[in-house]
Amino acid sequence: MNITKSSVRSEPDTVVIRPSKSWTALNLRDLWRFRELVYFMTWRDLKVRYKQTVLGVSWAVLEPFLTMVVFTIFFGELAKVPTDNIPAPVFYFVALLPWGLFAKALNTASRSLVSHQNMVTKIYFPRLILPLSSVVAGLVDFLIGCLVLVGIMAYYALTGQMQIVLTSALLTLPLFLLLTLMTALGVSLWLSALYVQYRDVGYLIPFLSEFWRIISPVVYSTTLIPEKWRILYALNPMAGVLNGFRWAILGTPTGPDMSLAVSSGVALLVFVTGLLYFRRMEKTFADTI
Amino acid sequence: MTTVIRVENLGKRYRIGLAPQKYQTLSEKVTNAFSAPLRAIRRVQAPKADGADTLWALRDVSFDVEQGQVLGIIGRNGAGKSTLLKVLSRITEPTTGSVTLRGRVGSLLEVGTGFHPELTGRENIFLNGAILGMKRAEIERKFDEIVAFSEVEQFIETPVKRYSSGMYLRLAFAVAAHLEPEILVVDEVLAVGDAEFQKKCIGKMGDVAQQGRTVLFVSHNMSAILRLTQESIVLEKGRLALRAPSSEAVDYYLSAGNAKAGERLWEADEVPAESAPFRPIALRVRDEKGNVVDTVRSVEPFHIEMEYELAAPITGLRVGVYLTTARGDQVLTSFDTDDQKRFEKHGARPAGRYVSRCTVPPDLLNGGRYTLGVNASAYRVRRYFMDEQALNFNVETSGAPGMQWPEARPGVLRPRFEWKIETK
Repeated sequence: MNITKSSVRSEPDTVVIRPSKSWTALNLRDLWRFRELVYFMTWRDLKVRYKQTVLGVSWAVLEPFLTMVVFTIFFGELAKVPTDNIPAPVFYFVALLPWGLFAKALNTASRSLVSHQNMVTKIYFPRLILPLSSVVAGLVDFLIGCLVLVGIMAYYALTGQMQIVLTSALLTLPLFLLLTLMTALGVSLWLSALYVQYRDVGYLIPFLSEFWRIISPVVYSTTLIPEKWRILYALNPMAGVLNGFRWAILGTPTGPDMSLAVSSGVALLVFVTGLLYFRRMEKTFADTI
Repeated sequence: MTTVIRVENLGKRYRIGLAPQKYQTLSEKVTNAFSAPLRAIRRVQAPKADGADTLWALRDVSFDVEQGQVLGIIGRNGAGKSTLLKVLSRITEPTTGSVTLRGRVGSLLEVGTGFHPELTGRENIFLNGAILGMKRAEIERKFDEIVAFSEVEQFIETPVKRYSSGMYLRLAFAVAAHLEPEILVVDEVLAVGDAEFQKKCIGKMGDVAQQGRTVLFVSHNMSAILRLTQESIVLEKGRLALRAPSSEAVDYYLSAGNAKAGERLWEADEVPAESAPFRPIALRVRDEKGNVVDTVRSVEPFHIEMEYELAAPITGLRVGVYLTTARGDQVLTSFDTDDQKRFEKHGARPAGRYVSRCTVPPDLLNGGRYTLGVNASAYRVRRYFMDEQALNFNVETSGAPGMQWPEARPGVLRPRFEWKIETK
């Protein structure tokens, strides 16, 4: 470059656009420059989500709550699926929170690129922001749900139906939340990038989220799985997440062990390969979407 | 001077899908369906270097732009203008070559992108600003200015879904216009909005250039190009055909593509398939004696003729011409069946070869360069063929009224009016 003089206020950034190599490094500098956009997109998602609804933000509470009620009646009371001696509603609700976070990411973040086609074909910004902000927006519902959980648990403790023992295990919760986010983002990165090219993904998503819920310990406990299959079972990272949440909050016998290591490993793998695949396909999004 | 944009050997290749085979048995379809994902994956992994299914939208384009320059970009549809802008604004990656940019690129391609109908004007300003790459503090600082520019003060707390399209556009443009990028890309958005607002936009573009920022201006409107830019580049089929002072570039662009002066012939492969059964053959300008010419005298009548073929009968057909000045200002439109009686007689035309010819009366047009366009359509049913810039010709004014004063006379018409001068 031939720069002889700079007269514009602050020194402007110099950008070189050229064909990128197949596997490029993550453009973290750009992501950092656009960090406020993550905030604004998340804020927009939240702001818009409950516009023109009667119940508004209570949907964030109602959805897991009603699911819990249905589970309690059909799986707890009628099918009598064992719940590790925890009152069924509490047992279900603890798992429904991280599960909801994951399922919402699957539904919105995976569709985020295609549903923002306009932005993708008209403006430059790090595309990663779209799935990322969709996942982050789910966190708010998760936190609201946590408050409800505290309420439900207080009710059961006060009526003497369960004993709450707060242990240091509770301190590991942020780590399990991180594992949830990593899994959710990893899967969304793969699916959103694939969705740009193959609209089949749109049909796959509802099926996948249904299927995934069945193979994850949402309505049952991992203790139902025979010992020798546990490692195989743990290949589903959400198994590690749900076991961890129940162990940290309720003290179920599903604490950290080999299975958790497997789940975390798989989650990390999905996340890293998702990032790489996304980065690789990113440059063609505007052409193929 | 500082070079703000340096484009070197830029190329962009698109993969265009091959036309599907016409006939397929069910079993072929089934096997195809199963192998399609596999083939698609293979295609992704090993893209073919070159082939029938690729298209170079840009090829070996190189140019520099200095700081503060307003550069026009002209070219026919499909010449690569939009692709160039997309590469410059980093929306899509080039296949070869490189671009070096000093500073932020703001594009008016992106007016209103990311606006959410449920959010209020205020909320959308912040959201859209962030999408365009503004910092929050920057948006807060310019907020009042943006609102004032957009003229939607009273509705700023109303969801934009309740806005009229004009208000929506003004707000969107206001945000984009206050981005203050070092490089501004403008792509014909000026065509939208009312005249008052267009004036404001042009003004804003002028301000941007005055402040030492660089503007790339893409337009089909040659008067706008001549008014707003000093220098232009002409793109032809993805290649840079010319870089020259705008008047020269506009002339080059307008005269390119004409096989012979005074005549435009259409080859079979130039006519889009959708035109069938209408097929244009030639458009000609003839002088009084019937010679094909590219310059006519304003004081003599001349003829415009359109030769075409119908492969099948068409009912309700009208074939006509648009006349515009070379700079893009419309002069008139005329169809061969404008006359009611002629329409009843020729509205339904059997298959065959035709010539529609009209005579332009003397003492009508002022001197200068004009462009003829062609339109063949059935009113409110279908447009068979249209080419708005089919042929250019000149009008020469020797002997026209007022020629004793050798001054340029503004205006498109140069009629010979009957003046009476009386003493009172």
